[in-house]
Amino acid sequence: MSHLHEDKIKFLEEKANAVRQSIIEMLVEAGSGHTAGPLGMADVFTAFYFHILNHNPKKPYWEERDRLILSNGHICPVRYAAMAHAGYFPLEELKTLRKLGTRLQGHPHRTALPGVETTSGPLGSGLSQASGYAYGAKMDNRKFKVYCFMSDGEQQAGNTWEAAMFSGKYKLNNLIGLIDRNNIQIDGMTEDIMPLEPLRAKYEAFNWHVLEIDGHNFEEIVNAVEEAKAIYEKPTVIISHNIPGKGIKEIEFDYKWHGIPPNKEQAAKFLAELRTLGGKIKSEHE
Amino acid sequence: MPINPKVKLVENVLEKAKIEQAPTRKGYGEGLLAAGEANEKVVALCADLTESTQMHLFAKKFPQRFIEMGVAEQNLATVAAGLANYGKIPFISSYAMFSPGRNWEQIRTTICYNEVSVKIAGSHAGVSVGPDGATHQAIEDIALMRPIPNMTVINPCDAHEAKKATMAAVGVNGPVYLRFAREKTPVFTTSETPFEVGKAEIFWDAGGKLDVAVIACGPLVHNAILAAADLEKEGIKIRVINNHTIKPMDEKTIIEAARDAGAVVTVEEHQVQGGMGSAVAEVLAKNYPVPIEFVGVQNRFGESGTPNELIEHFGMGVSHIKEAVKKVLKRKTK
Repeated sequence: MSHLHEDKIKFLEEKANAVRQSIIEMLVEAGSGHTAGPLGMADVFTAFYFHILNHNPKKPYWEERDRLILSNGHICPVRYAAMAHAGYFPLEELKTLRKLGTRLQGHPHRTALPGVETTSGPLGSGLSQASGYAYGAKMDNRKFKVYCFMSDGEQQAGNTWEAAMFSGKYKLNNLIGLIDRNNIQIDGMTEDIMPLEPLRAKYEAFNWHVLEIDGHNFEEIVNAVEEAKAIYEKPTVIISHNIPGKGIKEIEFDYKWHGIPPNKEQAAKFLAELRTLGGKIKSEHE
Repeated sequence: MPINPKVKLVENVLEKAKIEQAPTRKGYGEGLLAAGEANEKVVALCADLTESTQMHLFAKKFPQRFIEMGVAEQNLATVAAGLANYGKIPFISSYAMFSPGRNWEQIRTTICYNEVSVKIAGSHAGVSVGPDGATHQAIEDIALMRPIPNMTVINPCDAHEAKKATMAAVGVNGPVYLRFAREKTPVFTTSETPFEVGKAEIFWDAGGKLDVAVIACGPLVHNAILAAADLEKEGIKIRVINNHTIKPMDEKTIIEAARDAGAVVTVEEHQVQGGMGSAVAEVLAKNYPVPIEFVGVQNRFGESGTPNELIEHFGMGVSHIKEAVKKVLKRKTK
């Protein structure tokens, strides 16, 4: 079990805050896109890009890299922001999100941006792509891990469970799923729209090892991945309990922020909140 | 005889009863095995129809490279997308009605748009599936696959060509849709018949001043030759083209045929809406407009029956091709 040094935690917190600021800046510039999901997954993405992943931003096609497949492509602003902060491409390029000719497509496209790993957006098809990737890697005894981030809403899609059944059967222990369990989807709360619970029991019934974490606690995120890597007889899924809109108090938990961007006034307010850590410190931008 | 000597068809091509019969899916099974032997990256995935889709030959020889998917066609396509993204060359098999019928969006997004090299083999295409009836007779699959960017679409005319097409698909850097049939049909090409992806072949050419070009794909190419032979006796000069690659189409050969004959009949075991004939019409409307008649399923669902009965019932028999030729001749501007 890893125990993160407090300096490391502080470093990750600062990175996550910077990623959140970038998300707000990107979305207001783009004028469309998703806000709640990216903010809610900012801590998880930060933990992966700045601690967990075995990767090299300067060599995105490095053969031994861990593969991070994002199934719910609509939260790509958080991936783009984390990648830019990690050094995959210049931070200024984040402003091109969703614009004609951009490498930062509204939903991520594999051949548009090195490091994106796969094209995604249509929900429910990421886990099976990750499963196929992991199956191929296992055939060749490759050492890297395949991670698959999913939304909770796409646990309603049949394709997700076809993939869960497949990965369970073939004991894909090099596959680690992570579900953004933020309880919201476009039309409302997941348990009102089409209940997912008991989600843990469902994955266990499909022969997966299941872990549950607070997705805003870096030690829990890192420890869960360490445990998942040690599971040899099954794939592991980490149910990450996240707060949609995390970091901006007035939008946290509000499903209406699933698929809309902030306007200019809201963005200025949100950025001020992030820069002052919710009023605790003075912003250097003031 | 106006058979093109360069394409090396069997000698008794007009004597249907004497020609060996085999389903095109059988050629696929043999081609997949050969592809697996030639390239160790080739893997095979099947959705609970291993023998029926003829993947069992590969599965037996390469059990470590065969993946049983169960009845899950969406997963079939997307797991294959992941395998291809990793670096394998996956072939996926089911009945065409279910793959690409059921998993179209996955094929479009995670294979074609994602630019990964998955080969999709749709077996049991056409009404010649027979007694299973309309639920299992894919007659819309060409239309489904044709408009997707990056996709190559091939409908081989017999088991020999099916084997060649399967082996050639490995060399295509990108997704390929291969369309096969359940029922035995004449094996009228030989191992020496040329096959190149994207290159249509003239199988029959009456020579001199042509009356009509018949552009066909799949096992109905044989019916087209039989129709041409009958029409020759009536003094009607035909060119028959085996247009196996529907995308990318051999536009040069198609345009030349329209120019030489001045009228075209297309023949396919598929809905006339959106199929091979539509693709030919797109090429000709833009480059060399001539009257066209479309032999195929006319906006109907299939039904139970024997394969031969159904081919006749749905208007794709030799007599129907001859009728279409005569009809288009009347429309020709003098």
